[in-house]
Amino acid sequence: MSHYHPHTQADTAAMLATLGLATPDDLFADIPQSVRLRAPLSLPQGLSQMDTLAAMEALAEQNTRYRLTLRGAGCYDHFIPPLVSQLAGKEEFVTAYTPYQAELSQGILQAIFEYQSLICALTGMDASNAGVYDGASAAAEAAVMCRERGRTVTLVSACAHPDTLAVVRTYAYGTGHEVRVVPAADGHTDLAALQAMLTPDIASLYIQQPNYFGQLEDVPALFAAAKAAGVKCILGANPMTLAMLPSGAEVGADIVCGDVQPFGIPMAFGGPSAGFMAATAAMQRKLPGRIAGQTTDAQGRRAFVLTLQAREQHIRREKATSNICTNQAHCALTAGIYLTYLGTRGLTAVAERCLAHAHAFAELLTAIPGVRLRHRGVFFHEFVTELPVPAQAVEAALEAQGVLSGLPLDGGMLWCVTEKASLAQLTRVAEIVREVCAQ
Amino acid sequence: MNNDLLLSMEKSIPGRGSQVIPALEAPAYPLPETFCRKAPPMLPELAETDVDRHYTALAQRAYGVNCGFYPLGSCTMKYNPAVNEAAARQPGFMGAHPLAPAHAVQGCHAVITELSAALCEIAGMDAFTLQPAAGAQGEFFGMLCVKRYHEARGESHRVRMLVPDSAHGTNPASAAIAGFTVVNVPSRADGLVDTDALRGLLDENTAGMMMTNPNTLGLFEKDILDISRMVHQAGGLMYYDGANLNAILGQARPGDMGFDVTHFNLHKTFSTPHGGGGPGSGPVGVKRALVPYLPTVASLGAKDGLQLKAFHGNFGIMVRALAYIKALGRDALSDVATHAVLNANYLMHRLTNAGYTPAIATRCMHEFVLTLEGIKAETGVSALDVAKSMIDYGMHPPTMYFPLIVHEALMFEPTETETRETLDHVADVMIAILAQTRTDPAAMHTAPHTAVIGRPDDVKAARTPVLHW
Repeated sequence: MSHYHPHTQADTAAMLATLGLATPDDLFADIPQSVRLRAPLSLPQGLSQMDTLAAMEALAEQNTRYRLTLRGAGCYDHFIPPLVSQLAGKEEFVTAYTPYQAELSQGILQAIFEYQSLICALTGMDASNAGVYDGASAAAEAAVMCRERGRTVTLVSACAHPDTLAVVRTYAYGTGHEVRVVPAADGHTDLAALQAMLTPDIASLYIQQPNYFGQLEDVPALFAAAKAAGVKCILGANPMTLAMLPSGAEVGADIVCGDVQPFGIPMAFGGPSAGFMAATAAMQRKLPGRIAGQTTDAQGRRAFVLTLQAREQHIRREKATSNICTNQAHCALTAGIYLTYLGTRGLTAVAERCLAHAHAFAELLTAIPGVRLRHRGVFFHEFVTELPVPAQAVEAALEAQGVLSGLPLDGGMLWCVTEKASLAQLTRVAEIVREVCAQ
Repeated sequence: MNNDLLLSMEKSIPGRGSQVIPALEAPAYPLPETFCRKAPPMLPELAETDVDRHYTALAQRAYGVNCGFYPLGSCTMKYNPAVNEAAARQPGFMGAHPLAPAHAVQGCHAVITELSAALCEIAGMDAFTLQPAAGAQGEFFGMLCVKRYHEARGESHRVRMLVPDSAHGTNPASAAIAGFTVVNVPSRADGLVDTDALRGLLDENTAGMMMTNPNTLGLFEKDILDISRMVHQAGGLMYYDGANLNAILGQARPGDMGFDVTHFNLHKTFSTPHGGGGPGSGPVGVKRALVPYLPTVASLGAKDGLQLKAFHGNFGIMVRALAYIKALGRDALSDVATHAVLNANYLMHRLTNAGYTPAIATRCMHEFVLTLEGIKAETGVSALDVAKSMIDYGMHPPTMYFPLIVHEALMFEPTETETRETLDHVADVMIAILAQTRTDPAAMHTAPHTAVIGRPDDVKAARTPVLHW
């Protein structure tokens, strides 16, 4: 009895006989004998399903399970409503391929179209694609969209997530383009430095909002400077904060991108999630990857299809705008379910609770002698504190209480508070930090 | 218009919604006005019942492997085991933060280590990175690896990447965005790479060659050892596109065929679900000389390394693939290839006997390509018409019009998880469809007739794009 291939020995024998073959080996006659494997793979024997699951559970149990996570830095522990997981888990969504056959895939195509509509509503942009791999690769693809003859250099703020910068650089290395980093001043993108860097070869500017340190950037000022120099503006947004912060359209972005992980997608060690990308109408035909569009069928009924495919690799091959094929469709669908379920008021409530509890926690922490905010600006739900003791001491003390602390960062700590943290929990955490700092 | 076609936004009634999270326990924080959105984003407001029914209705308008036969060639739509999903749902995995201290995520590291080791053994490679999110990203990374390798040897002039004309579209696209000049290598009449033409294309500027083996015609490139030798002698590296690995799993290894870099698709060969277009995972294996160029993670402190995406890759997909490898083990893994190739040959045999014409009349590996050129000339019925007619019989069509070198192509990959009865049923359906091409071709031009929509107007969709509500 095998696992997932169903043939009995009789099936196999009968099918081989139909083909006029004597043994299964004959199926591989075209493989040169010198590369045929003579011995079995050096892997363990297979397990029953019961033992497989037990083995995987044992691995999962090697991970520490925290009661409270105060670490963000690009991956966020938000509450995932059970309905979201239940609906996203429907097998017809999970086990389908990319919806090439529109007639059989209207449900998935409509869900993508709705996702695109939700992303446009959040970002204020005219068009959204069906998603890319993650927020970092979305930033890299956005930079690609902005290059034109004579303008090829991408500016990235030093306050962007380090992974985003590394991924933008990697994509630019591929095509041989340059990335320059706009320096930071007090945890913010340095506007004066930016102005000096806006030479005629600059194609685009990438600003993350809130930035890696949790600080809110003066995006309108940064983008106004860039625009005056003919530079395209890319906003890298934590989409949860867009419930309250100005949309991309309001701050003058040409492209808004980011990661939908905060919308109902488990942290799962950092993946999978999905990158979102939305752009102005002027740039929509440069968007990479799948895009669902509305049309009609032969009888005039509303129908959804993958559209603007002339951009894509399966049509354009080496001239395509991007090589992306499989994206992260199911994560985008999950984000769509999350946004549809929470709605305007629900999403705003989550964002408001993140914001309020983060500020309450910051007050509790900064009441501790030696703990102060590293930066002076406005923040949303992440912030950096200085600590009078090594960050690892705080991390260890909190871990002993089942709490994942903020991220140790240059001697301080980058904290993140989501709606999951109650005030009582945050108060208790501050007490523990106080005890550690007093030692 | 049928009511369940409405968009969620069209069903929205302001004021509806669910109490999902508790009220504030601290004073609301007043953001300075410059950081306040002028108006809240207009999201739908629906009762929980309606959200549930909306997405349930959408799911009923989708078609997955769980619904029926799904022979998309080169996509390996095999069954997605439930035990994999259960493994991925473990709270210890779902709740792991990517930047948690290493001692707190030992289980995640063990998954990555175990899976990498298993893939090395399966591929015959020395090291694997699991960071790429999909096959195309794996290809892109593999190309960057080749680029770094040549640069480190002072051979930056090697910019020509050879790609067979039968290759997937991602191959030339990936090579191009990695900065290579794509050089097309023609196929011979027998569907295999034209080695004579290849010899003429190799020179001191050759960076390498990308190959899928078996190729997209479902044929094993028998000259692979000669090809590898020729490319290596010219100073190039060999890249293996693992899209068709299912055909040789446990039977032969890319590393033994002379390939230096390979990507696998965990969402094809290793049974993780396609999710309606992802997330997948495209791990890349390399030979020792390329290990220094494997990607790193900047947020964990790495400097100046290549990086494809944030953090560690699509970890949730890795968990499923590892569960699959553990369940099958060494013997059943090689049976996968046997049964995949058996099923493809069996179906091809039945369809050929029924009057269909294979693009190349020879034994296939895990997939085969039909050409409907003759049928179209005789009856006017195209490959598209036949594919759409299959929908009316409750099955997903095969890959259409690919590879590009075959006219009126239909590419079938049944996979090993289909029973003989299913294959016989598919053959019977295809026989009925072939008969219809002669008896009622007109009806086939407008198929499908039983789906929730008829053929959509793709031209209108592209010419006047409506991309959101």
